[in-house]
Amino acid sequence: MHDSTVTLNGEQVLLPAHPTLVVLLAGLPGGLPTAGVAVAVDGAVVPRGDWAHRPLRGGESVEVVTAVQGG
Amino acid sequence: MTEHVSPDGAWDVGRQRLGTRLLLGTGGLPHLGLLPDLLAAARPAAVTVSLRRTSSVREGGLLDTLTSAGVPVLPNTAGCTTAREAVLTARLAREALGTTWVKLEVVGDETTLLPDAVELLAAARELVAEGFDVLPYTTDDAVLARRLEDVGCVAVMPLGSPIGSGQGVLNPYAIETLVASVRVPVVLDAGVGTASDAALALELGCTAVLAASAVTRAADPVAMGAALAAAVEAGRLARGAGRIPRATTARASSPVTGRAFL
Repeated sequence: MHDSTVTLNGEQVLLPAHPTLVVLLAGLPGGLPTAGVAVAVDGAVVPRGDWAHRPLRGGESVEVVTAVQGG
Repeated sequence: MTEHVSPDGAWDVGRQRLGTRLLLGTGGLPHLGLLPDLLAAARPAAVTVSLRRTSSVREGGLLDTLTSAGVPVLPNTAGCTTAREAVLTARLAREALGTTWVKLEVVGDETTLLPDAVELLAAARELVAEGFDVLPYTTDDAVLARRLEDVGCVAVMPLGSPIGSGQGVLNPYAIETLVASVRVPVVLDAGVGTASDAALALELGCTAVLAASAVTRAADPVAMGAALAAAVEAGRLARGAGRIPRATTARASSPVTGRAFL
């Protein structure tokens, strides 16, 4: 674990220049998710309304999930 | 046992009022294009979804299809093996979908996929305290079902046989005992292979059936969806009609007196 990286869905990525959650999520392949997703940082859900205010620190782990087919 | 059922057959589970007696899982469907026809054929009261990592959310996907069909979405915690994971998954589901109910799955291992009773009960207690309507996937143990009801679960979902096995209701006695032991709705979950399995569950007193693999992995999922819809309705009617007791000897249905002397 390196100070300048965070884990995004299991992959190591560099911390963005202005390290907030919303900046990290805007860098996803599909851009900033519009709806139907939820985000957790280090095991705690971060509500959509707090994405812009949630600073990211090196070593943190971010999970982004959505609904998929399942039983 | 039937306090949650209204005269028209609708039933209440927590804060949700549901219509039909079939819940549908979408896992294993060969392609999403089948889903609209399947929903029309099976008329599910709700459809379950799982939560998985994503890097992009496309329009026209699963959620859009379910929303436009007007089917309630029931998130599950499939894949979780600890109470901690299941609780976090339920919270993520609430955030992603805006739902307050959750099908709670905490399995002991990936081979049997059997519920882990200890972790399940702990997760159920915590989620109820957080305001969730909890529907736990559980064993066919009546005592555990009662424990889950006692901590505030709004339904219990016992397995008929292992997930995806298609072995039907392996222990009808246990299911019937469980139904008699709780007041909340009992939804048979897991093991349904074909229509007669679903009908039997309702005949045993279950309020509803959840089927996933039985439909999605059938040679013709849409046709099987229609079959299960008819089966749960037949089972519900039969349960209400009251079956005759099983006997070890024959009992003629034609009059035994007045026969001609031939």
